[in-house]
Amino acid sequence: MAEYLILIYQAEVSDEESTPEMWQQAIAAHSRFAEQIVEQGATMLGGNALQSTATATSVRDDLVTDGPFVETKEALGGYYLIEAADIDQALAVAKLCPAPRGGVELRPILDVSGG
Amino acid sequence: MISPDDVGRAVADAHRREWAYVLAATARVTRDLDVAEECVQEAYGVALAAWRRDGIPRNPAAWLTTTARRKALDVLRRDQTLRAKLPLLVEPEATPYAPLAGEEESVLPDDRLRLVFTCCHPALAREAQVALTLRLVCGLTTTEIAQAFLISEPTMAARVTRAKKKISAARIPFRVPAAAELPDRIDAVLTVVHLLFTTGHAAPSGELLVRDDLVERAIDLARLLVVLMPDEREVRGLLALMLLTHARSATRVGEDGRLLLLEEQDRSQWDRAAIDEARAMVTDALRGARPGRFTLQAVIAAMHAEAPTYETTDWPGVLQVYDLLIAVWPTPVVALNRTVALAMVHGPAVALEAVEELERSGRLEGYRYLPATKADLLRRLGRGSEAAAAYRLALELADNEVERAFLRRRLAEA
Repeated sequence: MAEYLILIYQAEVSDEESTPEMWQQAIAAHSRFAEQIVEQGATMLGGNALQSTATATSVRDDLVTDGPFVETKEALGGYYLIEAADIDQALAVAKLCPAPRGGVELRPILDVSGG
Repeated sequence: MISPDDVGRAVADAHRREWAYVLAATARVTRDLDVAEECVQEAYGVALAAWRRDGIPRNPAAWLTTTARRKALDVLRRDQTLRAKLPLLVEPEATPYAPLAGEEESVLPDDRLRLVFTCCHPALAREAQVALTLRLVCGLTTTEIAQAFLISEPTMAARVTRAKKKISAARIPFRVPAAAELPDRIDAVLTVVHLLFTTGHAAPSGELLVRDDLVERAIDLARLLVVLMPDEREVRGLLALMLLTHARSATRVGEDGRLLLLEEQDRSQWDRAAIDEARAMVTDALRGARPGRFTLQAVIAAMHAEAPTYETTDWPGVLQVYDLLIAVWPTPVVALNRTVALAMVHGPAVALEAVEELERSGRLEGYRYLPATKADLLRRLGRGSEAAAAYRLALELADNEVERAFLRRRLAEA
């Protein structure tokens, strides 16, 4: 087994555009996804949604600036940490991850435990 | 007494034909592609002396596999502590991977197939898939692959190393995909093989139009895939397509080195044996519903191969197959090729309209065959100065010397 991080990149929705229905839909989609992870034989180890990049603060060479580290059209909006047998199982999970305004990136976790 | 030449040939032959088998079988033991490669290389290295001494084994592949595996076990024993820390190649036996609901366990057991599907995994970039396939399945050296793709050896070496690192770090499994994924994954494999072929067939730059070794490797690979996946019709379709295309290769360039169009080629020089072999395969591949893109392209190639002359080709039939092809594979390149048949059936003016529509879509920007096709249609419509402008544009985009010479000649005539 190995661990993978699923990073959700999406176009951000401003507070004005956001509606209670959209919120409900997202909650429902992610609840369903949590079940699908198990159905695929993988395990969810953790995950979170992030506040929008408007709330981000970056630090580079001790210099603190307002905003995300990298400006992109589709911003990191949340992540899941999963455990899967191999990349095929992890990809099967990643394909199911809700990201209606963008997509996801799958990254294997580097094992630094030294075995 | 066996002559040293015979032994040398036997080793070279085994390298060409059995490399994938020996490597795949060894990778099963090592669960690490680098170690497997190293051991297989060594096995081929000692084969020469051993076979001179003891005779050529009846089953060279088995001899090489046993030798490579023995070396692998030595390496593994020696590096046991080190290896325990390295991420290993994921094998079905080694992982309790449950098939997904509704999926059947794969029914394709050959280790060579696992190797092919690992090299062509969609998590790898296409260029990495191509390089890995040539290195691990065909046994080409990094130097040879770099030469074939006209890039520097360090660049190619880095590409191969990066790809192998991703296989182990991201745990790309050494496995034939499950039935539900198989069609997509086979398509990826066939795309790689076809890319090898087209790179060899119409070398994108340089002096030679056909680089035979790449072409032959691609055909060998397709033959292997037909053996390994006898029920996959598209595999036959691809092999047939390549055989048919290759059957005409001797006539593509004239004695003076100039490029000859399909209509100018000496059809009596086409390789009839290859065409007959391919025709039987096309018939086979067409059995059953919904033929795929390679099979349909093979059908078109077969129609050209059978026609006694360019003019008497069954152009309405060709156009019909193009319509089927566009339905399963709607790419702008197919749409452009279709315009050639369109011109033969409905005249150059209709075809020109279709080409101009493609041009406006911008989807073929920088593709040298678009202005070349347009120029030819304009020429046939007697619009000389517009044709000349299109030939000039095509010339700007073409790197291959033989193609450039052809375009310059046409430009001079326009």
